[in-house]
Amino acid sequence: MLKRWRQTLTLTDVMVYAIGVIIGIAIVYGTLRTWQKAEYTPEQWINLTIDGLKLGSIYALIALGYTLVYGILRMINFAHGEVFMAGPFTAVFLAMYLDEIGFYNAQPIISLLLITLLSATVSVTVALLLEKLAYRRLRYAPRLVPLITAIGASFFLQYTFRGFYGADVETYPNLDILKGTLTFGPITIPKADLLVIVSGFLLMLLLYGIVQHTKIGKAMRSVSEDKEVAALMGIDVDRIIQFTFGLGGASAGIAGILYAIIYQNVQAFMGFIPGLKAFTAAVLGGIGNVVGAWLGGTLLGLLESLGPNLFLSGLGVPAANQLKDGIAFAILVFILIFRPSGILGERLSKTKA
Amino acid sequence: MSKRLLIIVSIIMISSMVLAACGAKPYECTDKIGCVTVGPTDPVHIAYAMVINGPDATLGIDSRNGAEIAIADKGGKVLDHAIKFDGEDDGCSAEGGQAAGTKLAADPTIVAILGTSCSSALRVAMPLWSTAGFTVISASNTAVDLTEAGNENNYPGYLRTAHNDKVQGAAAAQFAYNFLGFKKAATIHDGSIYADGLQKVFADEFTKLGGTITARESVDPLQVSMSGVLTTIASGTPEIIYHPIFIAAGTQLILQTWKTPGLENTVEMGADGMFSPDVMKGAGDAVEGVYVSSPDFTKFGADYTAKFLPAYQAAYGSVPVSIFHAHAYDAMNMVLACVEKVTVKDSDGTLHIPRQGLRDCMYATKDFKGLTGNLTCTPTGDCADPKIAVFEYHAGEYPPTKVWP
Repeated sequence: MLKRWRQTLTLTDVMVYAIGVIIGIAIVYGTLRTWQKAEYTPEQWINLTIDGLKLGSIYALIALGYTLVYGILRMINFAHGEVFMAGPFTAVFLAMYLDEIGFYNAQPIISLLLITLLSATVSVTVALLLEKLAYRRLRYAPRLVPLITAIGASFFLQYTFRGFYGADVETYPNLDILKGTLTFGPITIPKADLLVIVSGFLLMLLLYGIVQHTKIGKAMRSVSEDKEVAALMGIDVDRIIQFTFGLGGASAGIAGILYAIIYQNVQAFMGFIPGLKAFTAAVLGGIGNVVGAWLGGTLLGLLESLGPNLFLSGLGVPAANQLKDGIAFAILVFILIFRPSGILGERLSKTKA
Repeated sequence: MSKRLLIIVSIIMISSMVLAACGAKPYECTDKIGCVTVGPTDPVHIAYAMVINGPDATLGIDSRNGAEIAIADKGGKVLDHAIKFDGEDDGCSAEGGQAAGTKLAADPTIVAILGTSCSSALRVAMPLWSTAGFTVISASNTAVDLTEAGNENNYPGYLRTAHNDKVQGAAAAQFAYNFLGFKKAATIHDGSIYADGLQKVFADEFTKLGGTITARESVDPLQVSMSGVLTTIASGTPEIIYHPIFIAAGTQLILQTWKTPGLENTVEMGADGMFSPDVMKGAGDAVEGVYVSSPDFTKFGADYTAKFLPAYQAAYGSVPVSIFHAHAYDAMNMVLACVEKVTVKDSDGTLHIPRQGLRDCMYATKDFKGLTGNLTCTPTGDCADPKIAVFEYHAGEYPPTKVWP
């Protein structure tokens, strides 16, 4: 055993493991110190956790789009953050109109469904157009080509939407039924946050159901295995790819409305950072895996929200919150060192990788 | 024949030389950085570099409107020459400042520049303009370093009618400590030089008065989730949070502070960057009770309400959309007054404007009666007669109401 280790272990491996162990020790030590100091009340910890969960749910829904597309095409659709922006940035004008005529708070559920429908429709349209105009011709090009195209498409969409709707921040009106909180034992949770967390989880289950238990899901999985063979089996590969982009777009559009429910303000560049985070979440959970995307998103949200106060303030780092993204990404490195395929990722066979 | 012709030609030549010597001597520019010559029918060119697009556009457009009213009050003319007033977008950023700076620096007809809207844009544009010999006067740059003697960002030729953040940050601290009676404060900045500078001045002054700063945190300008920062701040139990940042992150802070356990009753205060109807729009009901500091319009001269505001309403169809219109009005008038004072005018109407002379005249401004007060410039270019007030937002009402002093 020891002999085999000595043969396969290189200096790089040792260093990588050492870094991993140092990060691990720092986290544990920082956390213990924070608990000892008892600087924050339990109520504050609960609040941070809820905040992490709702942020995570949004990351998760966007990550589903990355993961579905990657699962099928092995390409990273970097313009997905803009698909997420397109929906809510369009639907805000409907919401403002409904608020103006007094319909918004008179029929809140119908209004919410209407804006969600509009947001999802716009996001799906943008996703489908992207696939048709930007990616389809590049399907058999080297992998770097569609990646660069996606980055270009991302900028194109940001500035196009800025041109359409202006560079101003637009604001969703308040929905009265989502004001206030619900109490479960010691936990008090704002209604809006609960809605976001629950719908994020349900949507993930729905997508999982579609991929695993429907005929079209089966077709998606077979296209993912091998496009040529799937085509030989009579599967319309183009249609399946379109369906996948549409599904990702719809979940991004719905994520956009959930984002708008909690943060209210939308603008043309709102998709870029959440898009990057969601991509990270997808990798963290195991790219190509629907449950993994949700798990990765939730974990990333929690790390970002709890991390600075949990480990860094214990370590005595000044202005710890500036480092929230640093923590999230350091943990990503940490996990990928020990599980390169992500938390729920499968080990990819050569043809898929 | 040829001899007679020679004599005639000689007489004509000699007499023309004698006549020329008797007439006006041609103007000779002795200014050490040169002169601008404006032909008899050419306009006097004053440019602007202000943010006129994007989320901060109201800031620049408002200043430009103020300057245009100053020109209109002069009948559009200075020394019987038309005034040409055009310019570039400074983007309220270093990149925008670089672009606008390069473009304007290449135009030798420019006498003076009104701008920039934002201090970050000025820092990169000013070295170019200073070398080009322009006189630059800003209505809204408030960063401390721009007029600090010996600072690398203090360039010759730069002046401003806007208040220095030293004044605004200190006023905010005095308001919090003396008027509200608070002893514990926390600050949040967004990494911009404006916000970082203000929070430093605030923290220094607040500590000097006897208060304690419990936390100094920062957020990203487009950050949406604030719970981490706010929870950290809550652990120090401050009575007031001073966040002199811009609208996007500022509204998120307003929305989320009162939902954070431990901060339910904490008072919030911003600076002039958050004096905007967009804050009302973005924060909704949560805006109730938020304080912002800003120039005190009620202390402006009588002409402000009697003449300036009606003229603004008539020309642009609205009340002023931001807060530095009167400062821009004063800046334009100062420039025009000095142009009138230092320019040498030929009999045919040609103007010679000495560049250093214009700068010297501007720096020597003393007791200039403007809308914003009696302006006197320091040798490093601070010309404001700063009057800072604190205003309080109430849900559904704009503008906010003045509460101090």
